[in-house]
Amino acid sequence: MFDQFVQTMSANISSIAMTSVDQDKKSDEVSIIDKAMLAAMRNQRAQDFLFHKVTLVFALSVLLVLAGIIVSLAIGAWPAFKEFGLSFITTVEWDPVNDKYGALIAIVGTLATSFIALVIAFPLSFGIALFLTEICPVWLRRPLGTAVELLAGVPSIIYGMWGLFVFAPLFADYVQPVLAKTLGQLPVIGQLFKGPMMGIGILTAGLILSVMIIPFIASVMRDVFEVVPTVLKESAYGLGCTKWEVVRKVVLPYTKNGVVGGVMLGLGRALGETMAVTFVIGNSNHLSWSLFAAGNSIASTLANEFAEAETPLHVSSLFALALILFVITFIVLSAAKLMLLQMSRKEGVK
Amino acid sequence: MITDRIADPLNPVYRRRLWVHRIGITLSFAAMAVGLLFLLWILATLLIKGGGALSISMFTQTTPAPGSDGGGLSNAIVGSLMLVGLATAISTPIGILAGIYLAEYGEQSWLAKVTRFVTDIMLSAPSIVIGLFIYAIYVAQAKHFSGWAGTFAISLIAIPVVVRTTDNMLRLVPNSLLEAAFALGAPRWKVATMVRLRAVKAGVMTGALLALARISGETAPLLFTALNNQFFSTNMNAPLANLPVVIYQFAMSPYDNWRSLAWGAALLVTFSVLALNILSRALFNQKIQN
Repeated sequence: MFDQFVQTMSANISSIAMTSVDQDKKSDEVSIIDKAMLAAMRNQRAQDFLFHKVTLVFALSVLLVLAGIIVSLAIGAWPAFKEFGLSFITTVEWDPVNDKYGALIAIVGTLATSFIALVIAFPLSFGIALFLTEICPVWLRRPLGTAVELLAGVPSIIYGMWGLFVFAPLFADYVQPVLAKTLGQLPVIGQLFKGPMMGIGILTAGLILSVMIIPFIASVMRDVFEVVPTVLKESAYGLGCTKWEVVRKVVLPYTKNGVVGGVMLGLGRALGETMAVTFVIGNSNHLSWSLFAAGNSIASTLANEFAEAETPLHVSSLFALALILFVITFIVLSAAKLMLLQMSRKEGVK
Repeated sequence: MITDRIADPLNPVYRRRLWVHRIGITLSFAAMAVGLLFLLWILATLLIKGGGALSISMFTQTTPAPGSDGGGLSNAIVGSLMLVGLATAISTPIGILAGIYLAEYGEQSWLAKVTRFVTDIMLSAPSIVIGLFIYAIYVAQAKHFSGWAGTFAISLIAIPVVVRTTDNMLRLVPNSLLEAAFALGAPRWKVATMVRLRAVKAGVMTGALLALARISGETAPLLFTALNNQFFSTNMNAPLANLPVVIYQFAMSPYDNWRSLAWGAALLVTFSVLALNILSRALFNQKIQN
């Protein structure tokens, strides 16, 4: 819009300048001013052109980094994929001693912890968003909202330390026995809640991750809840709906895309979370049905083994893991972004 | 009369609806309480365990050798400040210029749309993968870990944050302000930098501060780039001590004084990050109200 505006403006001015040049050929003084003006204009055009290109280069640097990440990971991962083929993804064994690598344990660990995190974080985030938008008195909104967002500010490694030294012992002593006695007795899912109660493992990692992603999901949900037109909510209240019914049957359907987008965003965060998981997942390369058992995620394998990897194949397999992680998170985050874009289009239509 | 019958406490439908409502609202309260509980629990843990480790020697001595007593964090504190300071110095101008491009030319070109999309994804991309990327293109070529590698890694994490906030802030500037500047004959680059950018200076500063807070606690990308250094060093071409990696290595160690230092470092890092978060918010709110 501004481009056109500026162009037509400068075109107008230069035509005025041209005609005045025609008319006042006799007056040298004026034509000198006109020429100076034209020169200045040309100068400005050049500056604007330069400005456009310089900022463009910096914007492109972001794309360049993305391309660089994918290419460098693919190059690093190539030897591993050449050696093991696509069965790399489905092989259980991860054995640095015999130089045999398969990604299944890490992939399963990543997906399992993230899934647990989502299952726990979704209702909690929904409750928090609901509280902050509908229930909370206005003067408390900002401090409480900030407090929840500070949860996102706490560095990942602090969650890891707290999880390992404070949360895990309590979890092993008080929560795991209860889970084993109740859920562990059920026929099919009972398998998930059996085994040694060490406090660390897949379930603990999932729980800590859920605390970490709550602020991300909650803040997206809060933002989309605030977009719902007041008139819709007031109509529902006018029909005698309770607050819960308004939220459940008006707000939630209206913001469906945004809510799913927020959840996907949280999932993307959980998948790539490194330090917290590394502390509490137990770092063991065994596959087990039990959620109490120690496991490994892609990110924790990288954090633990990359600096000590000796053989080229080990390094390459770690690059392959990183590539898989990056591709998964890229897909999840893209889906999240598209969902949220749809939501913001709706906001525009309103 | 009909309303009387509907709102009658004996009407089963009414009672069910009321109870569903009460349970839902109570659960919402509970969710909020759980969220706050975790925040307070983590902060209290840090204060109790880390508070005991705080002392003058923590700021004056370097990290101890295995098995030796005492020691401090001075090398890690200096190293972290250097890493974060340089990364901010690199990422802020790059992020602002890229953000200006998106805001100025973002409506017209598909390229800008793609860039905006990718920036949003890079905002949440796994940070350990970015560390691995810098390892592949810099550390593996130079054949040694270095402070510069760490700086580049966390700059890459900070840039999307700055781009995103700059873009968002610039788009808040009213068109009339820009049109007034154009009407005076100002060229586009002057309007963009001296009118548009200046109008949202506080917001852009907030973005830089948020990026600073974000990278201050990052550990994963530093593991394979800056690594750690037991000794005091300000050489950016050698491994550089930094608080996050010290926390990681010391927390898992068998030595009591190491673990206590790890808690001290955790306290320092967390409270500086949270202070930066609160500061940026306060700054932003104040400027917006003005």
